[in-house]
Amino acid sequence: MTKTLRYLKPYSGTVIAGLVLKLVGSVAELFLPVLLGDIIDKVADNPAYTYDQKVKYSLIMGGLMLLCAAAALLGNIFANRLTVKSSGRMTHDIRYDLFSKTSYLSSRKTDKFGVPSLISRLTSDSYYVNQMVARTLRLGVRAPILILGGLCLAFSQDVMLALVLLACLPVVGVIIFIVTKKSIPVYMGVQQKQDAMVRRMQENVTGVRVIKALSRGEYETERFDELTRDLAATEFRANRIMSLSNPLATLVLNLGLVALIIVGAAAGDTPGTVLEFLQFFVIILNAMIALSKIFVVISRGSASAARIEEVLSEDVGENIVPCRESADGAIEFRNVSFSYNGVGNNVKNVTFSLGKGQTLGIIGSTGSGKSTLINLLMRFYDADEGEIFVDGRNVKSYPAAELRRKFGAVFQNDFLMAASVKDNVDYGRGLSKEAIDRAVDCAQAREFVDGLEGGLSYNLAQKANNLSGGQKQRILIARALAGDPPILILDDSSSALDYATDAAFRKALAAEYPSATKVIVAQRISSIKNADLILVMEDGEVIGAGRHEELLNACGEYRLICSAQMGV
Amino acid sequence: MQPRININDKRSPERGKVDRKFALGNLFRYLKPYVPVLALIFLANVSGTVSNLVGPWLCGLAIDKISPGGGTDFRAIGYYAALLVALYIVSALLEYLSAVGMAYVSRGTVRKMRRDVFAHLTTLPVSYFDARQTGDIISVMSYDIDTVGESLANDVIIVLKSVVMIVGSLVMMLVIAAPLVLVFAVTVPLSVLMTKLIVSRVQPLFRKRSKKLGELNGFVEEMITGQKTTRAYNCEEKFIADFEVKNEEAIEAYSRAEYFGTISGPCVNFVNNLSLTFVSVCGALLYMHPMWGITMTAGQISSFVLYSRKFSGPINEIANILGEFQSAIAAAERVFRIMDEPPEPVDGEGAVPLGDVRGDVEIKNLNFGYEAGKPVLKDFSLSVESGKVIAIVGHTGAGKTTIINLLMRFYDPAGGSIEIDGKDVEELTRTSVRRAFTMVLQDTWLFAGTVYENIAYGNMNATREDVERVCKAAKIHSFISRLPKGYDTELSDNAVNISKGQKQLLTIARAMLLDSPMLILDEATSNVDTRTEQIIQEAMKNLMKGRTCFVIAHRLSTVKNADKILVMRDGDIVEQGTHESLMAAGGYYSELYYSQFESA
Repeated sequence: MTKTLRYLKPYSGTVIAGLVLKLVGSVAELFLPVLLGDIIDKVADNPAYTYDQKVKYSLIMGGLMLLCAAAALLGNIFANRLTVKSSGRMTHDIRYDLFSKTSYLSSRKTDKFGVPSLISRLTSDSYYVNQMVARTLRLGVRAPILILGGLCLAFSQDVMLALVLLACLPVVGVIIFIVTKKSIPVYMGVQQKQDAMVRRMQENVTGVRVIKALSRGEYETERFDELTRDLAATEFRANRIMSLSNPLATLVLNLGLVALIIVGAAAGDTPGTVLEFLQFFVIILNAMIALSKIFVVISRGSASAARIEEVLSEDVGENIVPCRESADGAIEFRNVSFSYNGVGNNVKNVTFSLGKGQTLGIIGSTGSGKSTLINLLMRFYDADEGEIFVDGRNVKSYPAAELRRKFGAVFQNDFLMAASVKDNVDYGRGLSKEAIDRAVDCAQAREFVDGLEGGLSYNLAQKANNLSGGQKQRILIARALAGDPPILILDDSSSALDYATDAAFRKALAAEYPSATKVIVAQRISSIKNADLILVMEDGEVIGAGRHEELLNACGEYRLICSAQMGV
Repeated sequence: MQPRININDKRSPERGKVDRKFALGNLFRYLKPYVPVLALIFLANVSGTVSNLVGPWLCGLAIDKISPGGGTDFRAIGYYAALLVALYIVSALLEYLSAVGMAYVSRGTVRKMRRDVFAHLTTLPVSYFDARQTGDIISVMSYDIDTVGESLANDVIIVLKSVVMIVGSLVMMLVIAAPLVLVFAVTVPLSVLMTKLIVSRVQPLFRKRSKKLGELNGFVEEMITGQKTTRAYNCEEKFIADFEVKNEEAIEAYSRAEYFGTISGPCVNFVNNLSLTFVSVCGALLYMHPMWGITMTAGQISSFVLYSRKFSGPINEIANILGEFQSAIAAAERVFRIMDEPPEPVDGEGAVPLGDVRGDVEIKNLNFGYEAGKPVLKDFSLSVESGKVIAIVGHTGAGKTTIINLLMRFYDPAGGSIEIDGKDVEELTRTSVRRAFTMVLQDTWLFAGTVYENIAYGNMNATREDVERVCKAAKIHSFISRLPKGYDTELSDNAVNISKGQKQLLTIARAMLLDSPMLILDEATSNVDTRTEQIIQEAMKNLMKGRTCFVIAHRLSTVKNADKILVMRDGDIVEQGTHESLMAAGGYYSELYYSQFESA
């Protein structure tokens, strides 16, 4: 947590000013009961004063109480403002660093955390840390001040009565602690059962056609009913436990109150003192309850802080290895092997080379290592063995930005953002209108883009849900083409296009971007049939390499795929 | 103390009133069985609060027995002390019991609501689910119903307690020193006014805060998901800059909302302190010099001060809770609106179940559109003989899947008719029509359960042997046998590594177990690679034997052997015939077919 708290450092002035104001406000509040007791004991009951003097001093005391109340009001308001400011800025800084760090994490490290986990660290975890800091600064300081200050004042007034007060606190503390501790596992159970319920709902909604087709509605209702019964029972258990804390804590303090009266009477205290102590009791009780709530916030917040720090402490430095060896052509793989998790190779001993402007086709079943070749080529991962050359230089010798500038790529299930079509094609590169138009035309996207409201400025929904699969792919292809890249990578990027559109695209690509070296991963033979080199992959190995005609003769697997798809 | 945010629908106040009445009326129906329990809770609550209220009064009496100079009446103090202890114990007990009672009521209500909503959902037509986001429906089931339950369990009890507390302490204060109560004539309206003012200012700010945070989170989710692409195009910096804009906006909105939000706590405290000051000064004056025939002892001042605390606290609490009530009622409205959705039309009078199906299907002049004015099928006719294979090909959006929606009676046509074995489906029960078909869809549907349960889902009488038999036929048996627990392996949460193709084989096995006379295959192999597709095709051949089949496919190679191929374009059949005849005709089909061989 220390690393997270260090983010408060630039705002330490604000934090300290806030704490001082908070202190002033809280102390002012504490003086109210003292003054109340004094009105009775030192003024109203003081035989030394005349009646007029008594009235006068009562009013003065009242005025002082008003001043204290006003000080408490202003102190707290301004203190809160300062804490909001410092916690807000701190959260901003943490989020900024976290997002930047995440953006530059290597693929291996991204895999280690997992995308959903990285997202939740940026969203909910940063929110919980914010809550923790804001709440702690706002209430976590006030509560201890009230408790400690209240106790100090109490001891200065009357030691015996203060001891009674002091004796009650640990009891209340223990009660709150035990109840909270008991309830946490029960609440976790509630959470799990709730998740199970949501999952079942999700299943049912997505499977509504199947369920209706099989008339399983009643059966599903029964199954769901079991879940809700279970959930309700667990929730009731949690409620029963949590319902204990309030009555119990109040009871202890009320009993303390009775003890106070008895002790006060026995010790010969004045009624004013007893009255004053009753007020201390109320203040301290409220502070205790506030404190118990803060503990929950802190425990959750510190867990989140740890998760954030885990990412922040990752190293993202570039690993550039100078390399003297060189190669000819656009792309060359030499005995490349690679494994994502160190168990079993995902790519084994791959060797091939491709000249500038040539086309490479890769075909093979799912999981055969096609996309892995792309990942290695663009150096999202480093090969475990062997070398990869792009434009004659080892990929490890390039700065990442320089290497990737050579590529225009469409990945499998690639990503479109909720922005305009133009922004998605441009993708933050500031390309010229001509370049974008040319790419859109070539990708066969022109016809449907013109049909959209606003054309290129049409806004896509989240995950581009307002486009069909084929439309999405065409925009992605346009993105890859728009930068006029020396190397074009299309990983299963035309699977949703019908054959006619796919063919038209390939024709346009050859005519419009003839100098680009093309790497095409596909399921369809027709997409790669005319490539200069076709690699047939199986279980990470190249089991056939050559041109279409050569493979038809030499590679059984390739022939099989062909006959299945085309009946040739 | 943070003001709650209510998400109110934008509707006319008139409509809102009706909805509110509707929601409250329905809610009351759910609470009705609990009326006796609620009465008991109320009783416990009132007596608990009353005994709590008597406390300060007894304290006052005890304090008055204290005289520091000597002559303190210890017997009387002891008596009062014993009374107080008994009182506080009883009150704590009653408080606990009423809280538990209320939890019991709310949990029971929530559970019943969930069951009813779910049961109702199973009767709704498919169009209901097609038109809505899954997340919306789920959020009603989990979040909205929860909100109603929480409100029942907590808010009701707090309001109840607060009202008793306010009335009770008011009465006690009036008894002790009626004129002193006038102090509250100033402070109570002040605090209510202040709370209202702050809430009205703060609410839009909080709404904006949630919106901005939502935008930020949405952006993060999007960009992290697309991280690889961003890296490929070297635009990390650009998106960090975009993020920074959203980040700054979110923090700005957060700070503004919190600036105002955190004012309310100190303000409420201030008003309470104000009344404490007034009470103290006025009390002291009365203590020294009785006025209007009222004398005040120190004990009375103490009781009065304690009551004043009990009085002003709950008033603020109620003000806060009213906001929560609003959102609970809005949530209840959403829940009951689902229950108000019209279910699938019931079978017509005299509808008979379809028995002993041969599998002849006759579609006559069918017209249909999902939205008015946008026809998807126009005057569509088709006649299929038992045991034949009909393939439907064409672009996305040409209306292929719609035919299946109508065959399965997920939707009803706007005009025309469908006949099975010469019987109009409108005169048959929905269930029996659906049972006559088996579907294998592109999106495989498996649920969290064992492999066995998933396969036997449509036919719960199936024995283990039956299931194994169909799995062998579907060429998935050996895969299942290799799973850690074989057929008892749980399919959930990616615990088992199972590919798309294997999932599809499981649903084929499920379909085989049904043994229906007609079969629908909707793009069943479009997402798998060629090798897996071959295995699936093999399995499918077993499944199709002797059944009337409707096959929708992307890849033309899969439909070549069909008895009849329908080529659809914009809701119309533009060509039909066998593969050979269509190729010979040289029309749209052959164009589609040849385009897969075309090269650059």
